[in-house]
Amino acid sequence: MRRAYFKFSWIAAALLAPQLLIIFVFFYWPSAQALYWAFTLEQPWGGGNTWVGLDNFRKVLSDPYYWGSVRVSVIYALATTVLAMSMALTLAIFVDRQLAGYKAYRVAIIWPYAVAAPAVGLAFQFVFNPGAGIFSYINTISPGWWDLSKYPWQAVTAIVIAGAWKQVAYSFVFFLAALQSIPRSLTEAAAMDGARPLRRMIDLQLPLLTPTFFFLLVINITDSFTDSFGIVDTLTGGGPFRATDLMVYKIYADGFRGFDYSGAAAQSIILMLLVMALTFVQFRYVEKRVHYT
Amino acid sequence: MAEIAIRNVTKTYGKTTIMEGVNLDIHDGEFVVILGPSGCGKSTLLRLIAGLEEITAGEIAIGGEIVNKLEPRERGCAMVFQNYALYPHMTVAENIGYALKVAGVPKAERLARVAETAKSVGLGDFLDRKPGQLSGGQRQRVAMARAIIRSPKVFLFDEPLSNLDAKLRVQMRHEIRRIHNQIKATSVFVTHDQHEGMTLADRLVVMNKGTIEQVGTPAEIYDRPASLYVAGFIGSPAMNFLPGQYDAARRAVVLEGGAVIGMPADHQAVDGQLVQLGIRPEHVSLRAPGQGMIDARLEIVEDLGAARLWNLKIEDIPFSLITEARPHIDTGTMTGIALDLRQAHLFDGVSGKRIDARTATVAARAVPAE
Ligand SMILES: Nc1ncnc2c1ncn2[C@@H]1O[C@H](COP(=O)(O)OP(=O)(O)O)[C@@H](O)[C@H]1O
Ligand SMILES: [Mg+2]
Repeated sequence: MRRAYFKFSWIAAALLAPQLLIIFVFFYWPSAQALYWAFTLEQPWGGGNTWVGLDNFRKVLSDPYYWGSVRVSVIYALATTVLAMSMALTLAIFVDRQLAGYKAYRVAIIWPYAVAAPAVGLAFQFVFNPGAGIFSYINTISPGWWDLSKYPWQAVTAIVIAGAWKQVAYSFVFFLAALQSIPRSLTEAAAMDGARPLRRMIDLQLPLLTPTFFFLLVINITDSFTDSFGIVDTLTGGGPFRATDLMVYKIYADGFRGFDYSGAAAQSIILMLLVMALTFVQFRYVEKRVHYT
Repeated sequence: MAEIAIRNVTKTYGKTTIMEGVNLDIHDGEFVVILGPSGCGKSTLLRLIAGLEEITAGEIAIGGEIVNKLEPRERGCAMVFQNYALYPHMTVAENIGYALKVAGVPKAERLARVAETAKSVGLGDFLDRKPGQLSGGQRQRVAMARAIIRSPKVFLFDEPLSNLDAKLRVQMRHEIRRIHNQIKATSVFVTHDQHEGMTLADRLVVMNKGTIEQVGTPAEIYDRPASLYVAGFIGSPAMNFLPGQYDAARRAVVLEGGAVIGMPADHQAVDGQLVQLGIRPEHVSLRAPGQGMIDARLEIVEDLGAARLWNLKIEDIPFSLITEARPHIDTGTMTGIALDLRQAHLFDGVSGKRIDARTATVAARAVPAE
């Protein structure tokens, strides 16, 4: 690869400045604030914060509600990831094989990725709302059967489906690109070798997708930990009975509704560490995985 | 028996016709080379035989069975691709043995056959490597082994040597021919390289823009090209062409510049017919200015080692000849040239079709005096 080298110049600095400013204002500064809050506690009668060491973390980690939130976050992350990736792969294979109508799908499938999470949640309100949504038809057959504000499993199912629907697009694009980058002659060679389409998929396409698969696995899990707030907020509000109280949502609820800034800050530090660990796995292992030439 | 019969085959992509009304018979056990410039439809023809493309019209039969509707796996063909198309995530052994694995051959037998085949192409020591760890020549051998192991009825090669360096190409060419002589499977080999075609083929098929121009042994095609196109394509340096008109009375070609070239035999051309007189550079010799049949201006001289290539111009028509001798002539000066007319070819000036002599014997007759 060709690289260009530039001497330091004020123009370069000026061009960098807006980006650096944005990163500072929206990332480093809030992170520093979160760190500050996580290790301090506001005094009951005012007078600033006092240093409390790891107390906030101890409190969070000994809170059964917190572990409940971790549990449902993990379930949500795994379920959305599995659902989104398997849907994405299936659709990508269809499009790659150019089955009927693939041009229409290709566009249709990419759209959801452009939709913001709260909008997705709102859209799914129209689907899942027990009184007015599409699912309300179930209730005309068996009254009261569908109500995601009453039944935890229904609430979890609803946010998983909404979350997966949003993530399908991203994985689809990557899977399709990976499938299309497999040289046609490879598939043809396998066809000459006697392998039928399904066999070719198992022996050839899927193994060659492994790097993409691991990449998407990490991205999807990370995304479902961090990008689920809007869906939960609009669809279930964390309920019923904290059944959909995902980690990101709990941070918001504890901090801005419960005014427990220190507890929320400690939780966000934990979530940040988790995401950093996933990102590390991504860089360290996934990016370096076999690249076929 | 695996003779291939191609009958009136047409191939179109949407509205573009790539190939039209192609007929070709390939005999059992024959090594046929399809030769033509890039884009003329060689690969398409091969892929139609393999079943990787669907035939638009016409039919293809392999071993007497019409295969139009058969899947590639049902046709008994093996193919070596230009870029080898090795499975990158499989080892050499797995690559070679994949067809057997798909066919459900038991593991022990499979491994034995893989080892044997790999050895026969000189890959015995590389069975555990991945394709990425092999040189170009070794990858080529894996691709060959992968085809050989299936003992196919028909071998199809799509420019398998074009990614190799010149020396390796010659070596692999010999190897492919040696393997063919051993197993005698019907082989169809596509290339744009005439040396490869001439040296490998039992019979050559020269293609041009989706049609077959000529089919014949390399010698037949070299000695009696059926058209202007074939004549210009086969042979290096290429044949010279001089446009003119046929003069039936004098049995001669009157060149555009006015020179009259008497032909040694009467040709099947009418008086005044536009023709192209073709002659290969090796059938032309130098003379002193005014002493030959035509005078030409010397443009560039190239030493080829064993011979010398003279690039001349007759009026504005480029003309080349080859000599073993190396006389000194200044570039830009005029020189005479003499054509060995027994080796000359005549083509129709409009259709480009070969014009044969009227008498079967193109004996060396005295050129009638003018
Ligand atoms: N899938 C395709 N769609 C449209 N045109 C094609 C396709 N494949 C090949 N062609 C065209 O068919 C012609 C012959 O191609 P090909 O058989 O690959 O030529 P060759 O192998 O002789 O170089 C070319 O003009 C090429 O552009
Ligand atoms: Mg080709």
